[in-house]
Amino acid sequence: MNNRALEITVGLFVLAGILAFALLAFKVSGLTLGQNNSGTYKVTAYFDSVEGLKVRSRISFAGVTIGKVTSIAIDPEKYQAKVTMEISDTANYLPADSTALIYTAGLLGEKYIGFSLGGDEEVLKNGSVIKDTQSSLVLEDLINKFVMGSDDSGKDIAKQLGTLNDTLKELINKKPSVVN
Amino acid sequence: MQAQKKVGVLDRIQLLGRSAIDTIASLGDAAIFLVLSLIGRRGPGKHFRLLIKQIYFVGVLSLPIIMVSGLFIGMIMALQGYNILISYASSEAVGQVVALSLLRELGPVVTGLLFAGRAGSALTAEIGNMKASEQLSGLETIGVDPLKYVIAPRLLAGFISMPLLSTIFVVVGIWGGAMVAVDWLGVFDGSYWGNMQSSVRFGYDVLNGFIKGLVFAFVATWIAVYQGYSCEATSVGISKATTKTVVYGSLAILGLDFILTALMFGEI
Repeated sequence: MNNRALEITVGLFVLAGILAFALLAFKVSGLTLGQNNSGTYKVTAYFDSVEGLKVRSRISFAGVTIGKVTSIAIDPEKYQAKVTMEISDTANYLPADSTALIYTAGLLGEKYIGFSLGGDEEVLKNGSVIKDTQSSLVLEDLINKFVMGSDDSGKDIAKQLGTLNDTLKELINKKPSVVN
Repeated sequence: MQAQKKVGVLDRIQLLGRSAIDTIASLGDAAIFLVLSLIGRRGPGKHFRLLIKQIYFVGVLSLPIIMVSGLFIGMIMALQGYNILISYASSEAVGQVVALSLLRELGPVVTGLLFAGRAGSALTAEIGNMKASEQLSGLETIGVDPLKYVIAPRLLAGFISMPLLSTIFVVVGIWGGAMVAVDWLGVFDGSYWGNMQSSVRFGYDVLNGFIKGLVFAFVATWIAVYQGYSCEATSVGISKATTKTVVYGSLAILGLDFILTALMFGEI
């Protein structure tokens, strides 16, 4: 093989490698250029329980991802879980009295935070604290209540059942949110 | 009949000590060899042609085996993943199973093993042959440093080729997985790629896999070239060195893979 053909093959090989890397970056990992350029604002919310939620879990509104959880910690004064989240600047329309709920993707899927719309004129901005929250649904707790039958069981179970029912309805009505 | 000498405890301990010293000495030898061949190269442009030629032999000629293995491994992953996931009614997740296992583990590791087997053994045998036919000492006689002229281009070619090969392996594997899962088994196209994109992170999975490929390239090529350069200059010596290249190379890759995985993905 002469020199030129050899060099061309090597060039093609290196090109194929670079192309493959680019493919991994954009097609497989879904990296988009300039994603980090757009600003974000931070919002805090307090939950009774964040069972299953992780740092980097997504924040969604109407099924569209608008941000991610940046930290989860305990607030020692309130005895609640303090969740800090980063929301994209483009999502600057959320009313200040919106509710943050912890949802589950699919019945066994991962937890994420969803917003249900409030009616306030003011919108959430950097440093806002969300007042209305709903904790994650812990199946074990529910089952426990059924099995053990606590004292004021009637009301409690009815309330929990209502929550479960709502959640299930939403799950059923909503398209699988993992599908982009 | 010759009376057999009794081997005492002290003799055994001495033997152990000697083998330990030998091992450490050869490790140091290999390190000095690596430094000498890579550092102090004068004018990389001078040997650029040699490097291109070696990339052709080490990289381009390894492409067929890498691509075919990648294709089949991706297809197997998709088939196995689908069969297991379907019982949890989450067959859409097959995309992320294929992509993550290829990116994080199978891509770099299998490429490394194949590379040690195909390119590594060829390098060892070639350099060993040069040594046996006294070409290396011939080069020294005419004032050319064999480390710079023979070894350095081969080392660099390995470092450059293997990460590229491993990246190509992953891409072909994911494509093979898509072929099986989407075209044959009927997983929805959008969920295959969408699930993959939402679970694969560029800075974490893709880059860490690439770093693994670099490390394995470094180790596999280094072992291959050193074994060739330090082998006994006989046909038996060359065959021994070639075997050692494959065995040591594969073991080093698997061992390092565990350490790298523990460092990179150990705590999530």
